[in-house]
Amino acid sequence: MNERVSPLLISILCIGIAVLYVPILVLIGYSFNASALVSVWGGFSTGWYTQLLHNDQILDAAWLSLQIGVVVSTGAVILGTLAAISLVRFKVFRSRLLLTGMVNAPLVMPEIITGITQLLLFVSMLHLFGWPHRGFTTIVIAHIAFCTAYVTITVQSRLQSADRSLEEAAMDLGAGPVRAFVDTTLPGIAPALASSWLLSFTLSLDDLVISSFVSGPGASTLPMVIFSKVKLGVSPDINALASLIICLVGACVLLAGYFMRRAERHRLMDAQMAER
Amino acid sequence: MGLARSGRAGRLLVRLFSRAQLKFTLMADTRPRGDWRGPSRGEWLKRHGKWLIILPPLLFLLVFFLIPFAFALVISFADTAVRVPPFTDIFSMSPDWHVHMTLNLGNFKYLFTDQVYGLSYLYSIKTAFFSTLICLALGYPMAYAIARTSKSTQSILLLIIILPFWTSFLLRVYALEGIIRETGLLNSALLWLGIIHHPLQIMRTTFAVYLGIIYSYLPFMVLPLFATLEKLDPSLLEAAADLGSPPWRAFIDVTLPLSMPGIIAGSMLVFIPAIGEFVIPTLLGGPDNLMIGRVLWDEFFGNRDWPVASAVAIAFLVLLVGPIALYQHYSTKQLEAS
Repeated sequence: MNERVSPLLISILCIGIAVLYVPILVLIGYSFNASALVSVWGGFSTGWYTQLLHNDQILDAAWLSLQIGVVVSTGAVILGTLAAISLVRFKVFRSRLLLTGMVNAPLVMPEIITGITQLLLFVSMLHLFGWPHRGFTTIVIAHIAFCTAYVTITVQSRLQSADRSLEEAAMDLGAGPVRAFVDTTLPGIAPALASSWLLSFTLSLDDLVISSFVSGPGASTLPMVIFSKVKLGVSPDINALASLIICLVGACVLLAGYFMRRAERHRLMDAQMAER
Repeated sequence: MGLARSGRAGRLLVRLFSRAQLKFTLMADTRPRGDWRGPSRGEWLKRHGKWLIILPPLLFLLVFFLIPFAFALVISFADTAVRVPPFTDIFSMSPDWHVHMTLNLGNFKYLFTDQVYGLSYLYSIKTAFFSTLICLALGYPMAYAIARTSKSTQSILLLIIILPFWTSFLLRVYALEGIIRETGLLNSALLWLGIIHHPLQIMRTTFAVYLGIIYSYLPFMVLPLFATLEKLDPSLLEAAADLGSPPWRAFIDVTLPLSMPGIIAGSMLVFIPAIGEFVIPTLLGGPDNLMIGRVLWDEFFGNRDWPVASAVAIAFLVLLVGPIALYQHYSTKQLEAS
C-alpha cells in the first residue's frame, strides 16, 4: 500500500505521536530544573540525580526490582517458549484449548483481578502448606504467570513463520528431535526470545498492582515506592528517577532492536549465500 | 453412623483402586509382545516426550493463574474474621468426620444492597466504553496512515508507537500529571498566551481520567489495527474505484469490514483493562471517579474485607467473560491467519 497519504491522516498521526511523547519529554525537562517548585524554571541542574544516589529507600527498591526482573524474565522465557512450542508443533493434544485460554487471558485480564486472586491463593497456600511467604517469591511467581503469556504470543508467531525444512533435514541426518530443534530452529527464533526476555523484564519492572497485592511487609518494589510518593504529589527527585528509567529502558530497547535487526540481516545473507 | 460412613468411603477407595489396577493391566496388554521388558526409554520418550514440553507451562499457569480464581470464588462465600487470613473457612470438619460447607451468600447480597458497587461498575463500563471509542477514532487514522507508508517508514513509525509501551506505564501516567497540573505546562502556556486568566482545573476531573486512559492505551489500539490494515489488498480498493465507488464508499464497503478483526481486538485490548484500571483514576481522578478498580483496592487494603472484595472480583469477572471470549475469538483467528 504505497501511495500518497492524505495530509489529514498525516496530521492525525502526528497528533497521536505527540500525545504519546510530549508528557515524557516535559518530564525529562523538569528533571533538570534546579527549582524545587516544579512550575518555576530555576536553571539547569543535575542536583535531583545526585540526590537519588543518596536515597536508600529508592536504591533498595530498585535493586529488589532488578533482581525480580531478571528471575522473572528468565523463567517466563523458558515457560513461554515451551508453551509456544506446544501450541505450534503439537496441533492436537488434550488441554490445548485450556493452554490457549490461559496464555491469552492474562493479556486482557485486569491486573487488579489477577492480583487479588493470586494473593488469595498464596495466603491459602501459606495457611495450608506453610509456603510461600509473601515477598520476593510470591512476586516472582505472580510476574512469571503474566509474562509467560506475552512471551508465548511473541515466540508463537515467530515459530509459525519459521522454516521447518532445516530441522527435518537434521532429523533425516540422524539428529534427535531435541537436538535438531536446538541446532536449527532455535537460532532462528533467538531474536524473538531476546525481545520477549526484554519485554518481560520491563513488564516486571513496571508492575505496580499485582506486586502490591502479592507482596508482603519489607518487600517494596520500585513502582510501589514511586506510587506511594507520587500519590502525595509531584516530587522533583521522582522526576529524575522517572527520566532515568525511561531513558535507560528506551535506550536498551532501541539498542536491542538494532542488534537483532543486524543479526537477522546477517542470517538472511548467510542463507542467501548458502543457496548459491 | 461414623463407622458406616467410613465404610462407604472405604468401599469407594477400593473401587477406585481396583479400577486403577484394571487400567494398568489393560495398558500392560497393549505393550508390544516382542519386547517383554516393556517399551524402551527412547520409545517412551517418543510417545510421551511432548508432555515434557507441554506440562511445565500448563501446570504453572493452571496453579498460579487459573486455580486462584477458584480460591477467589470459594472465599467470596466466606465471612470476615479477625485472624490471619482474615476470613472464615468454608469447609470444616466436625469430630465425626463430617465435612461441613458453610456458604455465606451475604457478600453477593451486599453487592446489590450497597449502591457503591453497582454504580462503580456502571461508571467503569461507561468510562472504558467512551475511552475505547476515542482511542478508536484516534487510532484508526493513525494505523491507516502507517499502513499506507513505505515498508521502511512503517518499521520506524511502529517503533515510535511501541516504544512508550515498553517504558513504564506508571511513570507515563505521572508524566501526564506534570502537564495537566494546575501549575503544569498546559496551564502555564495558556496563561502566558493570555487565552485563560485563571488556571484550569484538569487534575482530579473526569476529563483527566479519560486523557490518562487514552494516553496509556493508544498503542494497544494502533497495533492490532495496523496488523489488519497492512494485510489489506489495495487491488480491492482499486476495483471498488473502477466500479465507480467514491473513496468514502469504498472505505465503508471494503476497508471497514475487512479491518473488523483488528477493530475488535484493539477495542477489547483497551476496553477490558480500562474497566479495571486502578492507577489512572487514583492518580489523575477526583473522588467522583470511583472506578471498580479503586473500590476493590479500598475494600482490600482499607477495609480489609477480603470476602467482599472476592465477591466484587468474581462479579466483575462474570461481566468480563463476554468481552474476553470475543477477544480470544478474534485474536486466535488473527494469529492463525498470519
